[in-house]
Amino acid sequence: MKNNSFDISKGVDWALVLVYVILVVTGIASIFATTYRDESILNGFLSLTTDYSRQTLYFLISAVLAVFILLTDSKFYTATANIFYVFGIILLILVFPFHTEVKGTKSIIRFSSFQLQPAELCKIFVNLALAKYLSSRDITLSKLKTMFIAASLVLIPAILTIMQSETGLALVYFSFFLVMYREGLPSAILTIAFSLAVLVVLTLLIDQDILAVGLTLLAGFVVFLFKRQISRRKSLFFVVFAIWTFCIGVQRFAVPYFFNHVLKPYQVERIYSTVGKDFQVDTKKISEEDLKKIEEKKKAGNYNVKQSKIAIGSGGFFGKGLLRGTQTRYDFVPEQRTDFIFCTIGEGFGFMGSLLLLGLYLFMIFRVIRIAERQRSSFSRCYAYGVASVLFFHVFINVGMTIGIVPVIGIPLPFMSYGGTAQITFTVLLFILIRLDADRQMILR
Amino acid sequence: MPSINQSRQNVIRLIIGISFLILIFRLLFLQLASSKYDLLAIDNAVSKKVIFPERGIVFDRKGKSILENTLTYDLMILPTQLKGLDTLGVCAILKIDMPEFKDRLLSAMIKNGRYRPSIFEASLSTETFVQLQENIYRFEPGFFLQERPIRSYPYKAAAQVLGYVGEVDSTILKRTHFFYQIGDYMGLSGLERFYEPILMGQRGVRYQVKDNKNRIVGSYEQGRFDSIAIAGRNLRTYMDIDLQVLAERLLNNKLGAIVAIEPKTGGILALASGPTYDPNQLTGNQRRNNFSWLLRDTSRPLFNRAIKGQYPPGSTIKPIQALVALDEGVITPNFGLNCRGEYLGCRRPISCEEKFEGHAANLRLALAHSCNSYFSHIYRLAIDNPSERTTVNGYLRWKRYMNSFGLGVKLGVDLPSEDRGYIPDTSFYNRIYNKSWSSCTNVFLGIGQGEMQATPLQMANLMCIIANKGYYYIPHFVKSIDDPRETDTILNRYKIKHNVTNIPDTIYNIVQMAMQDVVESGTARGARIEGIAMSGKTGTAENYGIIYGKREKLANHSWFICFAPRENPKIAVAVVVENAGFGATWAGPMASLMVEKYLNDTLSQARWKEVERIENKEIILPIVKAKRRALDSLRLQRLRTEQLRKQAFVPLSPFDQKNHERIILAFHLNALKSDHEEQFI
Repeated sequence: MKNNSFDISKGVDWALVLVYVILVVTGIASIFATTYRDESILNGFLSLTTDYSRQTLYFLISAVLAVFILLTDSKFYTATANIFYVFGIILLILVFPFHTEVKGTKSIIRFSSFQLQPAELCKIFVNLALAKYLSSRDITLSKLKTMFIAASLVLIPAILTIMQSETGLALVYFSFFLVMYREGLPSAILTIAFSLAVLVVLTLLIDQDILAVGLTLLAGFVVFLFKRQISRRKSLFFVVFAIWTFCIGVQRFAVPYFFNHVLKPYQVERIYSTVGKDFQVDTKKISEEDLKKIEEKKKAGNYNVKQSKIAIGSGGFFGKGLLRGTQTRYDFVPEQRTDFIFCTIGEGFGFMGSLLLLGLYLFMIFRVIRIAERQRSSFSRCYAYGVASVLFFHVFINVGMTIGIVPVIGIPLPFMSYGGTAQITFTVLLFILIRLDADRQMILR
Repeated sequence: MPSINQSRQNVIRLIIGISFLILIFRLLFLQLASSKYDLLAIDNAVSKKVIFPERGIVFDRKGKSILENTLTYDLMILPTQLKGLDTLGVCAILKIDMPEFKDRLLSAMIKNGRYRPSIFEASLSTETFVQLQENIYRFEPGFFLQERPIRSYPYKAAAQVLGYVGEVDSTILKRTHFFYQIGDYMGLSGLERFYEPILMGQRGVRYQVKDNKNRIVGSYEQGRFDSIAIAGRNLRTYMDIDLQVLAERLLNNKLGAIVAIEPKTGGILALASGPTYDPNQLTGNQRRNNFSWLLRDTSRPLFNRAIKGQYPPGSTIKPIQALVALDEGVITPNFGLNCRGEYLGCRRPISCEEKFEGHAANLRLALAHSCNSYFSHIYRLAIDNPSERTTVNGYLRWKRYMNSFGLGVKLGVDLPSEDRGYIPDTSFYNRIYNKSWSSCTNVFLGIGQGEMQATPLQMANLMCIIANKGYYYIPHFVKSIDDPRETDTILNRYKIKHNVTNIPDTIYNIVQMAMQDVVESGTARGARIEGIAMSGKTGTAENYGIIYGKREKLANHSWFICFAPRENPKIAVAVVVENAGFGATWAGPMASLMVEKYLNDTLSQARWKEVERIENKEIILPIVKAKRRALDSLRLQRLRTEQLRKQAFVPLSPFDQKNHERIILAFHLNALKSDHEEQFI
C-alpha cells in the first residue's frame, strides 16, 4: 500500500477474468434458453421475475463483490482465514435450528425472500483456513499430527454438511485432499485410497465369489512374481497375505455393511444405477416406507438421467441451435436450470459446443494451477490449488452426472447453474485467487 | 519449501486431464456414435396429430344426399382450469349429480390427464346445447364446447346398406398395420366400410411440439412436415331413395328382404332388409347403448338379410332349371310331360299343385303353372345327361351352371360380408349316401328345395339374367366416384359383362312369356300391374328351424321374383318374406308395388292403401316375438330406473356445495404440489 495511486488492475490475470465472464454469460444464455417463454425480452430482464433476469442480478452482485475483493489487501485473507473458518462453522451449526426444509434438504436458511446455503459458502472459508494451516512454518504433511489436523479442517464441515442431507456438497470437501497431496501428503495414501476405490467399484460390478477368486489369483501371481524376494525376506509374504486378507474383508464384509447400514437406500440405488446394475433390495432389512421411498427416488433419478442423456444425445455434432432444443425448451429435463444446465449446451450446441465448454473449464483449471505454481507464498499456492480442486470436482461430477457416468449428486456447474449462493461463492473463490495472484511477489503468512 | 513437491503438479494435471478426456469420450459416444437419442428426443417432444377430413357424401340416382355430415357439439372439460368455476351450474344444466360429476372428472383425468381436455359429455342434445351455449362464458375455461362432425342419414333409411362408422378396435389396428390410430373413426359396415378409402379422404398430419406435461406448445419446424387433410370423395349410387323407403315400409314388422336391380347395368335400386332401424341411432351419444340393443334384438335388425339371409328358393328357381336343361340341350321348349298332380319317376312321389291334364304340355305351360313334376323331371334329365356318362359328372356340370348363374358363390356386391348361399358339392352327397346316389336322391334341388340355399340378392340377379337374356353385371350400388382418379380400380369389376348361357333370344322369349303368364294368368295374378307387362315367378319355400332344441317345420317363406317391362326390362325385383306362406300372398304384391313405384315414379291412391295394408301386417314367428318381448321388458325396466333417477335429481344443498368446492380444490392442490418449484439463492 505504499503506492498511493492504487491500481486495481495491476497484476490481475485478465485471461482468467475473461473466461469467467464468458462462462457466466453462457450460463445466463442457457437459463434464458430453457426458461424463455415468448415474453418481451427487455421486460423479462428488467422485471426480475424470470430466472435469467435473476441470474443476471446475481452476476451483477457478484461483480460488485469481485471489485471489492480486488480493492482489498491480500494480507486481509491470511489474517482473517481462521476467523472466517470459525464463522463458517458457526453458520453451518446455526443451520440446524434455523433451517427451512426445501425439497428434502435441510441446508438452507431463509431471510424473507432470500435463501442462504452455508454449506456452499463454507468452501471459501475451508479453502482459506486450509491454505493458512498448510502454509504455516514447520509443517510437513508427512507427519501424522499435521495430516490429522489438515484432514479435520476439511472433514468437520463435510460431516456437518452430510448431517444437513447434502451429501453432494459434502463430497466436494474431499477435493481438498488434492491440495494436501500437492503439499506433500504421502502419495501412498492417495494410491491406497485410489486402489480402495477401484476395489469398491469392482465389488459392485463383479459377483462376490468371482472377485474373491480373482483376488486370490492375483495374490498368488504376485507371490510367484516376487518369489525370489520373498524367499529372501519371509515377512514380505505376510505383507501380501495381509493385503489379500484386507481386500477380501473389504469386498466380503465392509462394502455390504457400508451399503446396507451407512448409506441411505436411495443413495445405494443411485450408485448401482450408475454402474448399470439393478439394485436388489433386501426386503427383509428395509421397512415398507423405505421401500416406497426407494422406488420413488429410483424413478426420479433414472428419469432425470434418462432425459438428460436424451437431451444431450439428440444434440448431435453441431446441436439444434439456441432456443431450438425441444428437450430443454419444454422442461423434459428436470432441474435443467440448476444441476442439469449442461443439457442446454449439449442439446443446443452439440458436441462442438460441449467440447468448447469443457475446453474453457479445462483452460480455467490449468490456468489456476499455473497461477498456483508461480506464487512465492505457499498460502497463495495452497489457496490456488484449492480453487482448482473445487472447480475440477464440480465440473467433473456435474457433467459426468448429466451424461450418466457419475451417480446423481446434486452439485451445481460452476458459474453457470442457476442459483445465487453458488454464483457468489464461485465468484468470491475465484476473485480472492485473482487478488492473491496480483500480489504474487509478496510472501504472505 | 515449494520446490519439494514441484513434480506433483504434473500428476495433478494428469489426473484432471484424464478425467476431462473421459467426459469427452462419453460425450462423443452419446452425441455422435448413437442415433437412438435423436429418436427418443423426437418421441419425447413431437406429437403427431392426425386431422380427419370430412367424409364423402353418398347420393342416390336423382342426386339426393342419403348420407351426409352434420355438426354436433361435445362439452369438453379441462381439469386444471376448474378452480373457482361454477361447476354446479354445469351439473344443473346437464342434470347430473355430484357423484356423477366426480366420476366423469376422474375418468377424464385418467384418460387424458389433467392438462389436456377430455370429453365431458359427447354429442349434446339440442336443448342442452342451447342452454350451455348461453351460459358457457360462466364455465370457461374449465369447460368449453367443441364441434364434431358426425354422419347423418336424412331419409332415416338404408341403414344396413349405408352402414355406420365407429372407433377402430385393436384387431383393425393390427390388420391395417397401424394405419389407423386408437380413437380414429372408420366405416365399420355397409358402404361406409366398403368404400372407406374413398369416403375417408386423405388424412392430414400435423406435427406439434409438446412439453413435458404433454401440452401442445407449437408447431414443429414451422410445419415443414405437415400435410393438409383432403376431404373424402362423394359416391353417386344407383339407389332410388324413395324406392328404398317404400321397400322398408313394406317390410315393416316382417322378416325378409327386398332387392331391386336395374338389369342393364347391375345397379342396385333398392336393397332392404326387414326389420331395419333408424341409422341415426348409431351416430349420436346414445350410439353404444342403441347398438347393444340392436345387437341383442332377436329379430336381428343389424343382419342384412338381402345379402346374408339364406333361403331355399323354392319354385323361383324353376326358370333357371329350365334354362339349364335348354342350354344342355336335354329339352326343347316343346318338351312336355303328362303330369296328373304327382311325379312318380323316383321312389317317393312328389306332389304337384296343379292336377288338370296338359298343364305341363310344354315349357311355357309348365313354368306358368309351376309344375313340380315337370321340373323334377328336367332336373333329372340334366343330371343324367348321357353326354356326361355318370351321375357325378352330370351333377358337377349342373353345379357349374348354378355357380355361373351366381348361386352358391359370392356375387361380389360392393358391401362387406356377403354370403354365398349354398349349392351342395358331390362330396356332400358322397358322404351322406356313401357314394351311392342318383338324380333321384337330390331331385328336390330341381324345385328349389332340399339343401339348396340362395340369398335374395342372388335371386334378383337371376332375374337380371333372364331379363337380359343371358348376361349380368355384378350387382352394385355405386355408379361413379366424384373426382375420379387413375388409381380407382374399385369399380372396375362392375363394368365386366358376365355371359352365362348360349341360349338364343327366341328361347329366352319363351321363358319370359311363360313368366309373364305367371303374372297375367298364373299363380301371381295378384301382382299384376295395369299397363305394365311384368314377368314374374312365385315361390313358396318349405323350411325348418330349430326351436327349443327341436327341428321343426316352420311356416313357408313367401318368395316372388320378377322384372318389368318385359320388352325392355328396367327393374328386376326379388322379395322374400319369412314364414309368410304362399309367394302370391305377400311377396307378390310387395314386388308389384316396387315395380310400379319405380316405373311410374308414383303410386295411385288405391295402391298407397295397399302399401299401408302391407305395412301394418305383422308377420313374425311367435318364438322370435316371445324372445324379443323378454328383452324389451328388460329395456323398459332400465328406462324406468333412469327416469326415476332423473326425477330424484335435486339441486345441491349449501352443505353439498361446500363439499363440492372442496373436492375441486383438492384436485388442484394435488396438481399444484407437483408443479411447485422453489427459488434458490
